[in-house]
Amino acid sequence: MRSWLIWLPLALFLAFFGLFASGLLHPDDRIIPSKLVGKPLPAFALPAAASDRPPLASTQLATGGPRLLNIFASWCVPCAAEAPQLMVLKQAGIEIDGIAIRDARPDVDAFLKRYGNPYARIGLDARSEVQIAMGSSGVPESFIIDSKGRIAYQHVGDIRVEDVPMILDRLRNAQ
Amino acid sequence: MKAKHQRLILVIVALAALIGAGLLAASALKDEAAYFYAPNDVRTKGVEPGKAIRLGGMVVKGSIKRASDGVTIHFDVTDGKATVPASFKGITPDLFREGSGVVAEGAFDKSGIFQATNLLAKHDERYMPRELQGMKYDEKTHKMKADR
Amino acid sequence: MIAEAGLAALWLAASLALLQLALATLGLAGGKSDLLGAVRPVAVAQGVLTAVAFALLITLFMRSDMSVLLVVTNSHSLKPWLYKFAGTWGNHEGSMLLWVTVMGVAGAAVALFERALSRATHMATLGGQAAISLGFYAFLLFASNPFARLDPPAVDGQGLNPLLQDPGLAFHPPTLYLGYVGLSVAFSFAVGALLTRQVDAAFARAMRPWVLGAWILLTLGITAGSYWAYYELGWGGWWFWDPVENASLMPWLAATALLHSVTVLATRDSLRAWTVMLAVVAFSMSMVGTFLVRSGILTSVHAFAVDPERGTFILALLGIYIGGALALFGWRVGAVREGAPFELVSRETMLVVNNLLLSVILGLVLVGTLYPLLTEAFGHKVSVGAPYFDRIAGPIALALMIVMIIGPLTRWRRDRIREIGRRMAIPLGVGGVIFILLAATAWGRIGILPFLGLVIALAVAVGSVAPLWKRNLRRTPLFTWGMVIAHLGCAVSLGGMACDSAFTVEKLVAARPGDRVETAGWTLRFNRIMPIAGDNWTALQADIEASRGAEEPALLHPQSRFFASPPTTTTESALLTRWNGQLYVVLGQEADNGRWQLRIWWKPFVTLIWFGGFLIALGGAMALIGRERRGWLLKWRARNAMGAIA
Repeated sequence: MRSWLIWLPLALFLAFFGLFASGLLHPDDRIIPSKLVGKPLPAFALPAAASDRPPLASTQLATGGPRLLNIFASWCVPCAAEAPQLMVLKQAGIEIDGIAIRDARPDVDAFLKRYGNPYARIGLDARSEVQIAMGSSGVPESFIIDSKGRIAYQHVGDIRVEDVPMILDRLRNAQ
Repeated sequence: MKAKHQRLILVIVALAALIGAGLLAASALKDEAAYFYAPNDVRTKGVEPGKAIRLGGMVVKGSIKRASDGVTIHFDVTDGKATVPASFKGITPDLFREGSGVVAEGAFDKSGIFQATNLLAKHDERYMPRELQGMKYDEKTHKMKADR
Repeated sequence: MIAEAGLAALWLAASLALLQLALATLGLAGGKSDLLGAVRPVAVAQGVLTAVAFALLITLFMRSDMSVLLVVTNSHSLKPWLYKFAGTWGNHEGSMLLWVTVMGVAGAAVALFERALSRATHMATLGGQAAISLGFYAFLLFASNPFARLDPPAVDGQGLNPLLQDPGLAFHPPTLYLGYVGLSVAFSFAVGALLTRQVDAAFARAMRPWVLGAWILLTLGITAGSYWAYYELGWGGWWFWDPVENASLMPWLAATALLHSVTVLATRDSLRAWTVMLAVVAFSMSMVGTFLVRSGILTSVHAFAVDPERGTFILALLGIYIGGALALFGWRVGAVREGAPFELVSRETMLVVNNLLLSVILGLVLVGTLYPLLTEAFGHKVSVGAPYFDRIAGPIALALMIVMIIGPLTRWRRDRIREIGRRMAIPLGVGGVIFILLAATAWGRIGILPFLGLVIALAVAVGSVAPLWKRNLRRTPLFTWGMVIAHLGCAVSLGGMACDSAFTVEKLVAARPGDRVETAGWTLRFNRIMPIAGDNWTALQADIEASRGAEEPALLHPQSRFFASPPTTTTESALLTRWNGQLYVVLGQEADNGRWQLRIWWKPFVTLIWFGGFLIALGGAMALIGRERRGWLLKWRARNAMGAIA
């Protein structure tokens, strides 16, 4: 009896070690998985949020190849941090559409002028209705929309430099 | 012989303590671990009144109502599919606003209202990308300025 | 040049650690314990080099050398010098360098001053210390180089984060770190003793000061951290069972158990295997704590840079060292002779019970902290908070406190229950009287745990000084005084906790300037609200006059502060301390038509919590000094006697 008791701590530790390792392997665990992944986008038609970009409707997102839908706001600090990564994605040939949340056109214009404008179309969601319908709970958030207009992936928080390859990868897989 | 007996008693007591502790932890975890629910989970799965949970969603625009005591607020939480009424007494976090995300800790009362004991605003002030430290944010013009 | 010199010192120290490990291994394998003579200077040189590297990093911070990446990201030329200084370790790389430095210096101290151990065990211990250091050197040099240059240099730094400019925050983490790393020495001792199979009283006496020292620092660190959270977060609580807090509590629990078992081993030569096990567990908990905090796998209110890559590195170190030590334990502990036997009714047994209860709390805290991780692996999102921890830790801690009364009043080796009962009469009587008094006045109005807490706190307070009963107080050894003070500190702290949860009066109001608020015998007059500006913040400040009875009214200034860079809001609570409690006022938001939310607590005797923590640490320090002085005295007398004979 004594002999197996001696090895018990090691066995316990190995169990914990496995748990730690599994926790590390899923660094995205803190993001609440969206119930909408795999579902079609909710229908919406939003007015233009910027003076030099067309408005955005859900029907436009259901055509063509996979694309990125970025939810942002000119008053959101992390959105400014995310801007360079969006420019990188755009240069990689990704079509990016935006939804500006609780915003005003002059503010969006100023924001885009300052941090660059990677968007093809920008819709203005002045009362967060579309945002709520999409199951997004803050800004920035990004959705990968596949070629059939379904949500393939939801990215909560800003896209960091280290996230860019992952986003590109997921876009490629979302055909 | 006697020493051996006593050692045995100690080992038995230790094992009993460990097993007791394990049972205690299991039962306490079963009762006290707060699961995360979205309003739609509440609707579909149901939550019994008094069970501590975390409720996460968006604060519905126009739903925040302040009671006459000035410190209690009523608001609705939604995930786009279902909406749950909630109430909170206390000082709300700075980032708790209509239309923004919230995680509320608390329990449902018998009438189906979520009584929050603690509010955690999402994307809160602790959420700050490293790249932006040292920049200034102007509340009025909503603009970022480098702080150098 | 300074940065390059620092890096060079680090590489040199790392290679010395490798040499130290190789020499020790060679000596042990070949049975050549004279190699100790070579290992010791290497250990000392390694310690000196780490200290040099750390001093160089401090220099870089004090000079605000903006060609060094770490300085750019964590400092600013306009920072007050204290925060430049503290900024050295207020970040990941710097804190890891501090970790390595403390390990190196501690290793040097073991090499220089250790005399009680056999040469072989001494050498094995130094080898163990070098082995642990090597892992952290690798981590530092390959994954978090503090001396990395930035080319071209920045104009100025980015680290003017106002939240981190707090004297409490500047010295709280290093205190905890010193404690964590002090436990690494105990770990090395245990590994060394396992390798040479010399687990005996001499080993325990050599290890004890390190355990005591680390434990004192951990106690201070936790106490300070608790007070910081109490006044800074503005939530009125003093312990939130946050993963980061638990990460510091778990090593403390293990160290407390170790402290008691090492005394049994040193005094009675019992509990050999168990003490070795605890020494391994204590440092393991330090590493697990660091891992949990640094890897970001658990969500916490404390902000730290989340970095899974570094987490992986620490996890690998964790696996190697803890797994290795536990495997060594399993392999070697069978060869450790059984210690001295003891009767069931004896102080040894009481200390075993103490260890058992502490280990159970430790296990349950660990399970509760990691449970969210476990359920996440199965796809459920769960949070385990105060309700769980209060429910499990509360009753067990109270049981532990009762054992704390009995233990010191029980004799070593063998005692009689009737005798113990006789010695326990006074504390038990006091407890009984308090129980009846409280039951008569407050039954049903306060919770069962605070109720029992108050009764037990007073019984422990009396019981803790009972070992001094009928003793010549001047001739009582300092370490006995240390035990008495530390146990008294536990009673004081428990009393504070129980009073806080039993008698706290909370009031939440919306008040207009000019209004009066009455609560718990205090009258608060809300005079006005005004904007004020600080160095890098603006605030709304309430002007509140608090008075009680005939006392002179005192002014309280709770604030709601806005920092511009980065944009943050903090609540600055206002505290008014009286001998019998604290008045705690927080200013909330503007409610409506000119009313402001005010949250007011009257917390009777809450300060006892931290005062008790301080007493516990003081008791530890007295025990440490008492033991060490006794050792020096004995040595000195022996030398004199030798001189007289010659």
